[in-house]
Amino acid sequence: MSTMTSTPPRKHVPLNQRPPGSAFRRFKDRSATVLLTGAMIIAMIPLVLIIFEVTRRGIGVVNLDFFTQTEPPPRREGGGYAAGFFGTLYIMALAILMSLPFGIATAVYIVEYGPNRMTSAIRFFTDVMTGIPSIFVGLFVYGLLVIGWGGLGFGTFVGAVAIAVMMLPIVTRSAEEMLRLVPNEMRNASYGLGARKWQTIVHTVLPTAAPGLTTGSMLAIARGIGETAPLMLTAFGSGLIVTSFQGDPQGSVPLQLFKGAAQPFEAGVDRAWGAALCLFALVLIFTVVARWIGSKASTNTT
Amino acid sequence: MSTQAPEAPAPEEPRRSSLRSGKGRMADPIFKWVVTACGTIVLVILALMVIRTTTEAWPVFAKEGFFGFLTGEDWTSGNSRTEITGTYGAWPFIYGTLITSIIAIAIALPLAIMVAFYITHLAPRRLAKPLSYTVELLAAVPSVIFGLWGLHWFLPNVLRPFFEFLGNTFGWFFLFEGPVRGVGYLPAGIVLAIMILPIMTAIIREVIVVHPIDQRMAAYALGSTRWEVLRKVVLPASFSGIVAAAMLGLGRALGETIAVLMLIGGAQSWGSSLFSTGSSMASHIAATFGEAGPEARTALMAIGVALFLVTMIVNILARVIVWRLGRMTGDAAV
Repeated sequence: MSTMTSTPPRKHVPLNQRPPGSAFRRFKDRSATVLLTGAMIIAMIPLVLIIFEVTRRGIGVVNLDFFTQTEPPPRREGGGYAAGFFGTLYIMALAILMSLPFGIATAVYIVEYGPNRMTSAIRFFTDVMTGIPSIFVGLFVYGLLVIGWGGLGFGTFVGAVAIAVMMLPIVTRSAEEMLRLVPNEMRNASYGLGARKWQTIVHTVLPTAAPGLTTGSMLAIARGIGETAPLMLTAFGSGLIVTSFQGDPQGSVPLQLFKGAAQPFEAGVDRAWGAALCLFALVLIFTVVARWIGSKASTNTT
Repeated sequence: MSTQAPEAPAPEEPRRSSLRSGKGRMADPIFKWVVTACGTIVLVILALMVIRTTTEAWPVFAKEGFFGFLTGEDWTSGNSRTEITGTYGAWPFIYGTLITSIIAIAIALPLAIMVAFYITHLAPRRLAKPLSYTVELLAAVPSVIFGLWGLHWFLPNVLRPFFEFLGNTFGWFFLFEGPVRGVGYLPAGIVLAIMILPIMTAIIREVIVVHPIDQRMAAYALGSTRWEVLRKVVLPASFSGIVAAAMLGLGRALGETIAVLMLIGGAQSWGSSLFSTGSSMASHIAATFGEAGPEARTALMAIGVALFLVTMIVNILARVIVWRLGRMTGDAAV
């Protein structure tokens, strides 16, 4: 990637022998360098500021109570987001169960049974699906399951469906790329040993691609954890711990965070910062570990 | 980026012979069936999305007319359970979506181009990868955190003083007139710009990286400075990739909900000043959905359909450009 970085060849013409205007050109070159470096710095600033501020305001709030107690009325201090954490865990577990198998199976279909018109259509629409606004996914699941043909009402399950729809294209696209990295020699060797196609896929291709698949799945999970908008329309939010599978509004950390941030009370906002710290740490850990596994995997398979 | 191992001939499916009858004979077709079914689920979901939301929103379009719905300025919800009694004009929200997205693109696109240039051509080789990772890490931050940070830190500490300065100095100009309330179109647009920066940088970077090195060396040999090479050789060659990146960023900006909702102010009207409060399509849906009755929810569904249409058009165009470039967008697309 960065191997193509180019540096200008050494200057061999003395400055005073250069054609007129070259000083200005050098000046422009210098200013451009300064400008681009400045742009890079500006682009880094928000991330640094967010990390700093979320840590500073959140660190005092997060303690054991924060994970084990439910939220008191917004004016009062203390308490925590136990309801949100439970809800997020519950919703994410269901969403993972729904999106990972389908996503990976889709990738298997695209890579192992393609390319044909069907697989390229699926690839294209998977790409397009990553760009669907999350709020629209919420509306869709609301229209389909909450009031529509399902008529299920708000709850954990419909929330998980919405998150799964958000995660599905991410899982599929990354899994597809990882399966493509599996060398054809391995498939041929497996066939040579008399394995059927499904045996080759299940026992050779998938295990070989496993680290890469983990990377993609973790990135998708990191994305899913922070989703707020679709849950507003499907899980709906709750301040209490809800164990029912479907039918009662369920809470989640981002939803509670959003509510807390909108309050005029200092205590509620403080808790929101605490939740932001937890959420951020979670997402960051997932992302970084995923990249790490991914970079190790890609050096191993080649 | 796929680094394929030395290419072996594509494996052929094992031939059916008499050896291949026997135990597990049926497993292969069954397996194929199962993965095919899983593969089509994406198409089924998309089809269901279009059908379900459109039929749900149909009564609103039927009453207001599609263009009447898009251009109407009055949004008054009715309380009926069975029919559409209110007036529904989505223009204030469409305007909010457009103006915040335009602000975001206007800020993020030049920045993304410059950052991509810096990472690919100026950064010390050892720093290039960590730098691009760090920028992409911004994409992992959940939007609700952007909203919280924007509302409770960035706005009061940085943007508000800046806006007051703008208002005092350029108040005569229609974009900056009126009182500075804090929340409004401009802060929402600025935070959106931060949010879409990573995906745009990632795509532009990929386009720049594959630019053939001999062209650049030729330009250097003709005596160009580095800036001239970037400006006159690399930039024109990367143009279509930059367009694609802008459109993908635009798609993100149009549909972003939570951060915009927290920063745009939530008014159901629109104003020409960038300091005005308003709503975007997505933020209006999220803000009023909770308390809305069945009729109002139908109307919100109609906004959703309009939003979906716009983002789909933008996204499909962007994808077609990216695909024509023949590039793997990889996890940059995520």
